Amino acid sequence: MVTCTGCALLCDDIEIVVENGRIKEIRNACRRGTSRMKGCVNRLIPSIYQKPSDIDSAIRKAAEILKSAKSPMLFGFSNSTCEAQVRGIGLARKLNAMIDDTSSFCQGMLIEKVLQKKFRTCSLEDARNRADVLIYWGSDAQDSQPRHLSRFSYFPRGESRQRGYEEDRIAIAIDVRESNTAKICKGHFYRIPLKGDREFILALIDALSGKVPSYDTKKILELAGILKKAEFGMVFAGIGLTYSIKEDTGVLLTLGDLLPNFHIMPMVGHYNMRGFNESLFRETGFVNRVKFNGNVIHEDKYSILEILKEKRTDALLVIGADPLLSLPGTVVKHLSAIPVICIDPCTTLTSKIAAVTIPCAVSGVESDGTAVRMDGEVIKLSKVVENNYASDEIILNRLMEAV
Amino acid sequence: MLTVMELYQLLPKTNCKKCGESTCMAFAVALLSRKRKVPECTPLLEENFKKQREKLEALLLPTAGAEETGLIVHTELCTGCGNCVVACPVDVANDPKGAAIGRAPSNDKVIFKVVEGKVVASNIKECRRFGKSKVLCYACIDPCPTGAIEFV
Ligand code: SF4
Ligand code: SF4
Ligand code: SF4
Ligand code: SF4
Repeated sequence: MVTCTGCALLCDDIEIVVENGRIKEIRNACRRGTSRMKGCVNRLIPSIYQKPSDIDSAIRKAAEILKSAKSPMLFGFSNSTCEAQVRGIGLARKLNAMIDDTSSFCQGMLIEKVLQKKFRTCSLEDARNRADVLIYWGSDAQDSQPRHLSRFSYFPRGESRQRGYEEDRIAIAIDVRESNTAKICKGHFYRIPLKGDREFILALIDALSGKVPSYDTKKILELAGILKKAEFGMVFAGIGLTYSIKEDTGVLLTLGDLLPNFHIMPMVGHYNMRGFNESLFRETGFVNRVKFNGNVIHEDKYSILEILKEKRTDALLVIGADPLLSLPGTVVKHLSAIPVICIDPCTTLTSKIAAVTIPCAVSGVESDGTAVRMDGEVIKLSKVVENNYASDEIILNRLMEAV
Repeated sequence: MLTVMELYQLLPKTNCKKCGESTCMAFAVALLSRKRKVPECTPLLEENFKKQREKLEALLLPTAGAEETGLIVHTELCTGCGNCVVACPVDVANDPKGAAIGRAPSNDKVIFKVVEGKVVASNIKECRRFGKSKVLCYACIDPCPTGAIEFV
C-alpha cells in the first residue's frame, strides 16, 4: 500500500505494480491521483539561462543568485514533503529571505484559524464514523478531492452511521453553481449569488437565533431546521467560501457558536499545503507571508501576489508551484524581469522562463517523506520507483550548504 | 438512456416478420436487450432505409462492450472517485471492512474496483438486478456525478 499525492486526502490504500523500475499499473487511486503518480509528460532537465547543464552547476548557480540578491523570496512548497518544507524555511532564515506558499491566496486564512484553535475541527475518520450532516460549502470535493465523498464523508458506513448515506447522512451543497458535488446533494443544493456567502451566513444566523431571515426565508428556515437537528455536523469549507468572505472570518465564528455540534474542515487541494502552514506556524507563529531579518516579520505585503505586484523581490526560488500559470497576468510580469530558480519534477510554464532549473524526484513515488492530510493527520509517503532523481529535500539541503 | 421507442421509430414498422419476431416492436425489444442484431431485419438493408439503419447501428454502438448483464461503464466519463464502489450494496455486503467503509476493496468478491483511475466491473452476476429475487437497484447509478454507469 502506498500513498497518493494527487491531493490533500493523501489516500494511503493505493496498490502499485512496478515492473523494470516503471509503474505498470495503479489500483484504487482516482484518475487525478493516477496521472500524478504516473509522473510528467515532460521531465524537467537541469539548465542555466536556458542552456542544458548538470545538477551540480545548476545548484551552484542557484546559490550564487540567491546569495547576491538583496531581497530574495522563496515560494511554493505545497507539493513538497514536510522535510523539504522545514529545509526551505531554514534556507529562508539563513538568506534573510521572504517565504510564502500558495495558501496566501487560498485556504491559509482558515487553516490559521484552525491552528489557533478558533474553529472546532475533527479528523476525517471522525467525520466518517460520526457525521450525519455534511455541508460542502464553496467546495467541489467531487472534482478537487475526488475520493472525499467515498472515503470519508457521504457514502461510507461509519461506526455510528451503519446505514451510510441511504439513511444516516444528509449531504448539503452551498455554491454559486451546480457542481458535481452539488449534483450528489440532490434536494439539498442551495445556490447563492457570486460573493453571496456572507449574506447567506447572516441569514442563517438569524434563522438559528429565532429571527425570521430576510433572504430566501423558506429555504433558510428549512436549512436551519436540518442543522439544528444534527448530532455531528461538518462544514467542508472550500475555496469558494474563503474567497468570498475574505478576512471576515467573524461571521463564520458566530455561525460556529450557534452550531455547537458542527466542525469546520478547510478543504485543501495541493497535497501538502497544510504541512507547510503547520511547519511555518510552529517556527514563526504564522502560516504564510513571512520575512526573516534575524527576527520574523509577518505582513500582508509579503504575500507572493503583493511582492510581485510591487516588484519587491530581485530573485525568486519556486519549488513545486507554477506561478506563471496560476497567478494573474498583471502580477506575473515581474517574473520575467528577475532571475527565477525553478525546482520541479516536470516542465512548467514557469520553468520555461527560469534562469536556473533543477529537476527533482516526484515525491511519494520517487522519494519518501511525510505530508499532512487536510485534517492535520501526518501521513507517510513511500518511494516505489528507484532512479537517480534527488528529492526536493536533498536539493534544498545542498542549496543550504552552498549559500 | 436508450429506450425501446427510440429503436422502434427507426424500424420499417411493417410487422413483416422476416426477422423471426412477430412485430417490429418485439424486434426493437430484442435489439435493446442485445439478443438480436440490426442486419437481422432484412428490409432495413434496402437503400431507402440506409439512414435509419445507420442511425440504429450508431445508437447501439456504445453498448458493444456491455457485459452480458447489460452493465456498461463509460470509462471516458469515469473519474475514479469510487462512489459506486462504496455505494453498491453487493460491495458493502461482501467487503464490510474494505469497500463498505470507504477503503479500497480488500477482496475479489466486490463488483466495482478502480484500476488505472477508472472503474472496472466484475462478478456482475452478483448484481441485485439479476438472479431470482431481482430488484431495480440504482445504488451505483445515482451516486455517479458524471453518468458513467449505465444499464442497457
Ligand atoms: S482523492 Fe486525492 S489522494 Fe486520493 S487517490 Fe484521488 S488524488 Fe490521490
Ligand atoms: S424484419 Fe424488420 S420490418 Fe420485418 S418485422 Fe422484423 S423488424 Fe419489423
Ligand atoms: S445495480 Fe446495484 S447491485 Fe448492481 S452493480 Fe449497481 S449498485 Fe451494485
Ligand atoms: S461513481 Fe462514476 S465516476 Fe465515480 S468511480 Fe464510479 S463510475 Fe467512475
